[in-house]
Amino acid sequence: MTWISLKLLRALVTMWLVLTFVFFVLRLSGDPTMVLLPDDVDQATRDFYRAKWGLDLPLWEQYTSYLRALLQGDFGVSFRNNLDAFQVVWERVPKTALLGLASIAVALLIGMPLGVLAAVYRNSWLDRIVMSIAVFGFSMPNFFLGILLILIFSLKLRVLPSSGSGTWQHLIMPAATLGTGFAAQIARYTRSSMIEVLSKAYMRTARSKGASLGQRVVRHALPNASVPVVTVLGIKIGEMLGWAVVTETVFAWPGIGRLLTSAVATRDLAVVQCIMIILAFTMVMANMLVDLIYGWLDPRVRVGRRAQA
Amino acid sequence: MTLALVGESGCGKSMTCLAIAGLLPKRGRVAGGALRIEGRDLCALSEKDARTLRRRSLSSVFQDATGGLNPVRSIGWQVAEAVRLRKGATRREAQAEAVRLLGRVGLPDPERRAREYPHQFSGGMNQRAMIALAIAGNPKLLIADEATTALDVTLQAQILDLIADLRESLGMGVIFVTHDLGLVAQNADRVAVMYAGRVVERADVADLFAAPRHPYTRGLLASLPERQRKNERLSTIPGTVPTIDALPPGCTFAPRCPRASERCAADVPEMALGYACHHPLTPAPAPVVRREREYS
Repeated sequence: MTWISLKLLRALVTMWLVLTFVFFVLRLSGDPTMVLLPDDVDQATRDFYRAKWGLDLPLWEQYTSYLRALLQGDFGVSFRNNLDAFQVVWERVPKTALLGLASIAVALLIGMPLGVLAAVYRNSWLDRIVMSIAVFGFSMPNFFLGILLILIFSLKLRVLPSSGSGTWQHLIMPAATLGTGFAAQIARYTRSSMIEVLSKAYMRTARSKGASLGQRVVRHALPNASVPVVTVLGIKIGEMLGWAVVTETVFAWPGIGRLLTSAVATRDLAVVQCIMIILAFTMVMANMLVDLIYGWLDPRVRVGRRAQA
Repeated sequence: MTLALVGESGCGKSMTCLAIAGLLPKRGRVAGGALRIEGRDLCALSEKDARTLRRRSLSSVFQDATGGLNPVRSIGWQVAEAVRLRKGATRREAQAEAVRLLGRVGLPDPERRAREYPHQFSGGMNQRAMIALAIAGNPKLLIADEATTALDVTLQAQILDLIADLRESLGMGVIFVTHDLGLVAQNADRVAVMYAGRVVERADVADLFAAPRHPYTRGLLASLPERQRKNERLSTIPGTVPTIDALPPGCTFAPRCPRASERCAADVPEMALGYACHHPLTPAPAPVVRREREYS
């Protein structure tokens, strides 16, 4: 179990670094009272709010008192509505989680099979078509694809809602927008790792047993080829969270991405910090999950881990 | 019976085996000839029938056993899969059969070993597992393509004994591919010598070693190190095997052959009486070692 505690410790350090960075950068980038309060407010009112939010203290004191509160589970309050920052953010988490998981599903369900097909029928017309689509898929900027989809499916065909959330129809376009680029990348990684695996000696053994092409691909090649794909997926989850901000904005999807854009714009410090902590936590968890999946996919990793512990 | 297939690197031994096993790489194809198993010609059958026949009656063991086993599947699973594919057994039967086979090839504690993975095995154990996988479903023919080349000498002997033992008890034929003539002498009944994609001489082991008819065979035999000739240079055959896209027009060995004539450069010699040569050596009683000077 040592490797888990080691990982957790490392995760905590990562989250602390992220938090510290965000804390100082936000405070150096402008005074929240200038943004939140109307321009014609007098200095006394400004000072009142500064004192109320603790912005009049030296940076170092602000930082230590924030950390102290954080350790007691207090994320501070939103400047905008005086609500608990964590509450404000947490409300939005399920929406973003839903969008993220749906996009990962799109990326895997489309990307992996296409990559496998391209590798098995390498250099055929099928391979070329799949790879052309993949290049197209990931060179297309996210926001552009989103707007394009809205134009086609909402304005022209009028079959899907252009913004908001609530029904499963609302999910289709944002998930497709966010998932497409990743599907394309997954397809490429799957293809190249699959091509490598297909040339391995054990694939010939499987063939000499009399296993059919489908059996060889699914039972023998895929478990081996998935290992690098899972690695890529783990790294890409962070990237995906970044793109979620854009996608949520395009589709007015009420997740933490959109909350983040508005919170940064209004210097709602506690909210931004809370979001960053949650994002960092998600990343760390995603990477841990990837490690667990490794062990499940590849027995060699299991042994290495046992040896480490 | 064990047929040994010998020849230097690149002469087509492995390709022949792959062709028999139906494992040729994508661009390879069988250009002609016949492959008869149980009286049926594999080349004349439809692809599907040929696959079924192959699955039922022949299997192969290759050089790199560790690479030949899937790293993410347990040994037992891999052997059981072969059992299922060849015999159509249920999962449970196949698992039991796999454990039995692993025991049969001399793995200690097969029940536990079946649950382990290739990286937990040594090279010799993996080769045993490969053999277990190959004899699943009692094949008529086992192709051992350099199956012992990567192993050290003691292991090599053990694996060869195992193959010989299985050949007797299961009644299989064995094609034993090697470039090691010493192994041929000990383990084979008949020998086929290959050169540049063709069999150039075919004989019983004793005859071949006593009186090679093809100059290439004699060259091979003469290049064997022997204890009596301590400080001499080893005899070699000058040149290398021609690649498949640059085969000479007549006898493929002619450019390297000390007995070659003009006829050899033009006519491809047919295989007759066990050798394919226009100027075969007479089965002279003179010892092979004396003639090495012709090649140096």
